[in-house]
Amino acid sequence: MAALTREETEALIQEVLEIYPEQAKKDRAKHLAINDQSLEKSNKCITSNRKSLPGVMTIRGCAYAGSKGVVWGPIKDMIHISHGPVGCGQYSRAGRRNYYVGTTGVNTFGTMNFTSDFTEKDIVFGGDKKLAKIITEIEALFPLHKGISIQSECPIGLIGDDIEAVAKKGNKEIGKPVVPVRCEGFRGVSQSLGHHIANDAIRDWVLENRDGDDSFPTTPYDVAVIGDYNIGGDAWASRTLLEEMGLRVVAQWSGDGTIAEIEKTPKVKLNLIHCYRSMNYIARHMEEKYKIPWIEYNFFGPTKIAESLRRIASHFDETIQAGAERVIARYESEYQAVIDKYKPRLEGKRVMLYIGGLRPRHVIGAYEDLGMEVVGTGYEFGHNDDYDRTIKEMGNATLLYDDVTGYEFEEFVKKVQPDLVGSGVKEKYIFQKMGVPFRQMHSWDYSGPYHGYDGFAIFARDMDMTINNPCWKQVKAPWKTDANSEAVKVAA
Amino acid sequence: MPSVMLKKNPEGKLVFYVPKKDLEEVAESVEFDTAELWGGEVVLADGSKYYFEPITPPDFPITLRAKRVDSGED
Repeated sequence: MAALTREETEALIQEVLEIYPEQAKKDRAKHLAINDQSLEKSNKCITSNRKSLPGVMTIRGCAYAGSKGVVWGPIKDMIHISHGPVGCGQYSRAGRRNYYVGTTGVNTFGTMNFTSDFTEKDIVFGGDKKLAKIITEIEALFPLHKGISIQSECPIGLIGDDIEAVAKKGNKEIGKPVVPVRCEGFRGVSQSLGHHIANDAIRDWVLENRDGDDSFPTTPYDVAVIGDYNIGGDAWASRTLLEEMGLRVVAQWSGDGTIAEIEKTPKVKLNLIHCYRSMNYIARHMEEKYKIPWIEYNFFGPTKIAESLRRIASHFDETIQAGAERVIARYESEYQAVIDKYKPRLEGKRVMLYIGGLRPRHVIGAYEDLGMEVVGTGYEFGHNDDYDRTIKEMGNATLLYDDVTGYEFEEFVKKVQPDLVGSGVKEKYIFQKMGVPFRQMHSWDYSGPYHGYDGFAIFARDMDMTINNPCWKQVKAPWKTDANSEAVKVAA
Repeated sequence: MPSVMLKKNPEGKLVFYVPKKDLEEVAESVEFDTAELWGGEVVLADGSKYYFEPITPPDFPITLRAKRVDSGED
């Protein structure tokens, strides 16, 4: 199917909106848009970060998901207590594949679930005593942990527990940071507020721990990688490139990260932001308080990697700039071989994305390097500034959808008929049953890493094996496809 | 009275950021921008106007309180 024109896209949006009642139609229309590269600001065409409509199937998460699942969870040497009923922690346990090194249960705790397992009694009488007991127990059972964070679930805010007081007492008792995070699930409209709350908690309870302590030897080439959660090893694939060009990565926020790294971050010379949505808050704070500049970068696909490496290097002296060129040249034969191999198999394929954080715009470059085209993209929980950054990356007259509903997404895919859909696990099986090749792009469908040159090779292989998988020809029953029934007749 | 995070971009222009509104915009003009005095009315690239109490020039980046000036006023 050829690319849609502006009018066709407009008609498509109208058609999809048709099913809603008047009020809902008016509301949803603001969240669906046709990309127009001439626009400077996204608020002219799309509304974002608003409450989802009751009654529609949204794909969003909650503030607890944003704080515990995204920002705090990957900090490996801390214990993150899911404070509240048992489900929130258990169902989000270890699903995100934030890889780390360490011995789980001894000095790292990434894939474990710690919860206060609230029952009726705790709701009625309050859970503060239980929380204090948990902190004492954790210290006895896991003495090598480096700190505790208390991730509030909905009831904590509702019953008015004073977790801050417990945290302060716990901090005195065990002599390690105990961080209360007020990320109750009902706060805000999506996980995005959870990111913000988590960032603020780091700012208030952790970041300034080593202010005035200059014992950490610094170099002029210190950087921090911020907003890389090491999904399938992403942060490692990024880190090697930065180190190869001569930089010293002091901290990883927060994939495979430690609390010590976070405390040392105010000593770096430049903050590198990968996931802008979830960690721009802390970068802006450090810019103001510690005068550390920050830049966004993109390590998906060779074009964007080269662009980003050069931009990062431009903040340093010639040795780093030469280092960046050296790195790009070193990997050129590698990534060129990947492109040569997969581009002929993927050229012209069309992709629709609906993901969160940075990926709806960051992965576009990687697809384009493989000759593919992204014809629709959207954020679960993006804000205006995300869409500002997306407009320029997307082609004209392509679809933009914010907080898309299950129904809209299905209809768009039926009409646009992309060759690949990239979204989350909740969408995966719907589209696979519809016979549309699908990649789960939140945690790379149990693959990865996708960042860096090494990741690009894996990315290309994964896209190829998904799109060109022979199974898609088998989805329709043979007697329902004309071409096949001819073939059957001939064979008979 | 939104809190506004102000910083200079690499081109030396003032960047205006309101966290709660995800508003990130370059300031087109600042009423007072001299060695002694900074502040007054700030006009953003999208046409909206904000007012800062004039102060001695601060060290950017910095967070300051601003008053929204209604665009239809003058």
